[in-house]
Amino acid sequence: MDHPSAETQRTLYPYVTGSSVVALKYKDGILMAADTGGSYGSTLRYKSIERLKPIGKHSLLGASGEISDFQEILRYLDELILYDNMWDDGNSLGPKEVHNYLTRIMYNRRNKFNPLWNSLILGGVKNGQKYLGMVSMIGVNFEDNHVATGLGNHLARPILRDEWHENLTFEEGVQLLEKCMRVLLYRDRSAVNKIQISKITEEGATVFPPFSLKTYWEFSAFKNPTIGAEGSW
Amino acid sequence: MTKQHANWSPYDNNGGSCVAIAGADYCVIAADTRMSTGYNILTREYSKISQLADKCVMASSGFQADVKALQKVLSARHLIYQHQHNKQMSCPAMAQLLSNTLYYKRFFPYYSFNVLGGLDNEGTLHLPSTVGYSSQGSGSTLITPFLDNQLKSPSPLLYPPVDAVTPLSEAEAVELVKTVFASATERDIYTGDKVEIVILNASGIRREYMDLRKD
Repeated sequence: MDHPSAETQRTLYPYVTGSSVVALKYKDGILMAADTGGSYGSTLRYKSIERLKPIGKHSLLGASGEISDFQEILRYLDELILYDNMWDDGNSLGPKEVHNYLTRIMYNRRNKFNPLWNSLILGGVKNGQKYLGMVSMIGVNFEDNHVATGLGNHLARPILRDEWHENLTFEEGVQLLEKCMRVLLYRDRSAVNKIQISKITEEGATVFPPFSLKTYWEFSAFKNPTIGAEGSW
Repeated sequence: MTKQHANWSPYDNNGGSCVAIAGADYCVIAADTRMSTGYNILTREYSKISQLADKCVMASSGFQADVKALQKVLSARHLIYQHQHNKQMSCPAMAQLLSNTLYYKRFFPYYSFNVLGGLDNEGTLHLPSTVGYSSQGSGSTLITPFLDNQLKSPSPLLYPPVDAVTPLSEAEAVELVKTVFASATERDIYTGDKVEIVILNASGIRREYMDLRKD
């Protein structure tokens, strides 16, 4: 009898991936942004994937990395929230609890050498307390006033470190996120110009419809880019 | 067909340094609050210190997910101990538990470098090592020789072994810890942002913070 080899059951590399997610705390809660692209290696295979999802009453989850693993995580969270609701005791899981649950899932999968290939951002508000955290595919987790995944750590975090402050208004927060997403659009080759922003406040979560960022390509150096390169065309 | 190798590592080094110094009637445990990965800083305000029992504190650096898991295991075991024995675990007992827990994962280790310090039930010191101080983490190679020099402890190679408790006062020890972190921050890229200092003595537990260079 042929048994399927254990090796083929382990994650080796991701297939369909989402690019960076960026999030920050603002006056009323959390703002999160991600583009809606799903890359298949270097091909832009899917252009309308929603990578920001509300979880329960108090949280928002954003994911980058393997999309099918993200969908599996959503199934785990569905079950978690369902059981929480079935207690029907007036209590509900807050963002801290959901973040902890996600951390445990990611770490346990890493321990079995079969990780969920995602970097997750979990933000939310409960009883006036804002929470924003990140978990990586090997279980590394932390919380902060602003977080990002993947290339967002290199390109967006420095901007946020400089320009973030307590009590940003909604408009200021969106402007700041758009600035980060624009830099990512220019410089991350897996980024696409179809962005979604979502917010979560004490009142609840809203995932806004996708929009595109205005970009500028009229720099004089882009015209005749090879003018200084001898022999080029 | 050759065996496929994973292109991901289950480990990462999230950096940071930890120090513990034991004195006559106090114990100082300190760690920086920077969490990094590769050349990135993930956050500047992450505590590496965990209070395992009333008078027993551990600082751990290394791979943060393993550090968290280890702290949780020890905390949970301590809770069970309290339920079963109706008392807090003593520091030597906690140290043994730490040792056993780490060895349990000898063949897939917790990448966690720990310094455990505290006061025993009768108030006697539990030392991080026979010399009365110890340091772990990315800055340890910079910190340990400095402590060796400043604390002038008897050599650990002496026979019969001479146990050393630092003659420094609590305030002097805290100042020394601050100096040590400021110096380590200069030369170790993974150490910086802030240092969290926990001081355990007969009257209880106290926490101090000091800003460090953020570059």
